[in-house]
Amino acid sequence: MTTLTLGKALNEGLRKAMENDPKVLMMGEDVGKLGGVFRITDGLQKDFGEERVIDTPLAESGIIGTAIGLALRGYRPVCEIQFDGFVFPAADQIITQLAKMRMRSLGKLSLPVVVRIPCGGGIGAVEHHSESPEAYFTHTAGLRVVTCSNPLDAFSMIQQSIASPDPVIFFEPKRRYWDKADVDIDSTEWTPLHRAQVVRPGEHVTVLAYGPSVKTCLEAAAAAGEEGRSLEVIDLRSLNPLDIGTVTESVNRTGRCVVVHEAPVYNGFGAELAARITEKCFYRLESPVLRVGGFSTPYPPSRLEDDYLPDLDRILDAVDRTFAW
Amino acid sequence: MTIDSVRGAPDSPQLAEPELVQLLTPEGERVEHPDYPLDLSAEEVRDLYRDLVIVRRIDLEAVALTRQGELGLWASLLGQEAAQIGSGRALSEHDMVFPTYREHGVAWCRDVEPLKLLGLFRGVNHGGWDPAEHGFHLYTIVIGSQTLHAAGYAMGIQRDGVLGTPSAGATIAYFGDGATSQGDVNESFVFASVFNAPIVFFCQNNQWAISEPLERQSRIPLYKRAQGFGFPGLRVDGNDVFACLAVTRKALENARTGQGPTLVEAYTYRMGAHTTTDDPTRYRLKAEEEAWKLKDPIERVKAYLVRNDLADAGFFEKVEDEAKQLAKELREGCRAMPDPKPLSMFENVYAERHPLMTEEQEQFAAYLASFEEESK
Repeated sequence: MTTLTLGKALNEGLRKAMENDPKVLMMGEDVGKLGGVFRITDGLQKDFGEERVIDTPLAESGIIGTAIGLALRGYRPVCEIQFDGFVFPAADQIITQLAKMRMRSLGKLSLPVVVRIPCGGGIGAVEHHSESPEAYFTHTAGLRVVTCSNPLDAFSMIQQSIASPDPVIFFEPKRRYWDKADVDIDSTEWTPLHRAQVVRPGEHVTVLAYGPSVKTCLEAAAAAGEEGRSLEVIDLRSLNPLDIGTVTESVNRTGRCVVVHEAPVYNGFGAELAARITEKCFYRLESPVLRVGGFSTPYPPSRLEDDYLPDLDRILDAVDRTFAW
Repeated sequence: MTIDSVRGAPDSPQLAEPELVQLLTPEGERVEHPDYPLDLSAEEVRDLYRDLVIVRRIDLEAVALTRQGELGLWASLLGQEAAQIGSGRALSEHDMVFPTYREHGVAWCRDVEPLKLLGLFRGVNHGGWDPAEHGFHLYTIVIGSQTLHAAGYAMGIQRDGVLGTPSAGATIAYFGDGATSQGDVNESFVFASVFNAPIVFFCQNNQWAISEPLERQSRIPLYKRAQGFGFPGLRVDGNDVFACLAVTRKALENARTGQGPTLVEAYTYRMGAHTTTDDPTRYRLKAEEEAWKLKDPIERVKAYLVRNDLADAGFFEKVEDEAKQLAKELREGCRAMPDPKPLSMFENVYAERHPLMTEEQEQFAAYLASFEEESK
């Protein structure tokens, strides 16, 4: 076992992927000598060379567009988008090309491209550096969308994503980059990429979260436990496809569900969860599925982000409200 | 000169008669160019003529099929045959083409069965051929997107370490004058330039982006843009199949030997509408079309063949018959093209099993089956 931060676990995962397959490339802005602004690709260019760890021109659409070309030539590019709010110049290439080329080719073309995006708030950043754009991509057929919440998942899921023959949008919870845990970097016995995980079993309410919100929900569950309320916390891990079976199994037991994410609630990923749970668990639900998330505003200046982001109290407030029906 | 604050200068340099590489005049006279020697046998010239006639006939047939309701849309290449055949015949087997949706002539050069081009326009698929088999990528509809794919693919060729060897290939990215305003095209210029990627940017400047004239895209000749990105650019007579062949050959060879990208601006004209739903009479003058008709890419090759006694009446008749026969096969094949099965839309979205695809496909299958039950 090695104690790793989430960021270092990603770095180790990328290194393993590059060692295991010479076709794996890193590309993005500042991913070379600098090792990325969050140091996720630290040391990779030194060890694998400039041909495989490519400092690209400062053009996000260009990064994804050329990654598509490289994938067509047989490479497996892993693209870093520097911050969540900078993915939009690349949105066209991701949505119109990356996601659709397989169907366009009647299955003849595969694009094993991973797009890594540091996401979410909580680090006191300026505008465009704290967003949660996952729903734009979960809404796009042809993409797989996953996110990790802890170092072990970071290490395993990045490697599984690189191995996927489909394009994967990989969200990294940037404020959790420095969280530590023990990781066995020699083991490959991992949870399947698209499986949700019960990270804290409970009886009274199911709390669904992913990425940076998982830790907050675990803290909320600990606090609720002290008051005798047992929350089951599920880390969804994969948003597309969604492991709905793990979710409904839990909600059918608890009868109550709260969804937590940092993205705005309106039309957020929680809406899809609420609709599916309502359809599949209708007779077992004791109350409506409630959602806790960012407000339907642009992400506010960072001095207000503690008010904007779902925190322990807002999660517990929603839990309380599920008992008010 | 007064400058209109909204529309810019009335006489942009673009409007001046362009300096261009030409090897065959509109009258069919062979001229030499010091940088582009070209030695073609009589048979090679006849083959080029045959290509030109056939792709024009295929194109006309597709327009007719649209009028008859067999296709939902068609983007005609009329007028651009020489640009496409000239550049297309410059390609080698290791090269990779990234076309727009108008490159039917290049597709012909890459042995893509003409019928397969129709699937997209008939609405039975989004692209019906195997890109790897033909070295010809699928048609890309979003303007300019494919130029980045071509640049990335070229970066892959570099990484394969084949440049300068017999198995070296280059990529060629096709796009139009309108596309040069797109960010993706400019980004692909940057990527290709800074990585010195083996790519030829082949811009068919057909003067019109639907209804917008070239002046709305550029204040300088398009080929001059290359200089700002740090690689050579040149303008070629896009209606001259010899010149298009010669300049593309050289640009591809430079790319394959590690000398980096070239921008070729093939100066041509879109003789037809943008697509079959467009109406050019609303935005351009008939006189302009008439002027370009005199520069027809096929007539000048025919004149050259006749003038030099390289082909007889029998040859021209044979080519006509062959084109007619191909058109007939295209017509029949198009009409016989089956609609895809409804449940097939769930296939090929993902390479690996995806529960949502499975679920929705099963639900839709059950829904469809319920009607069959009722009708029993």
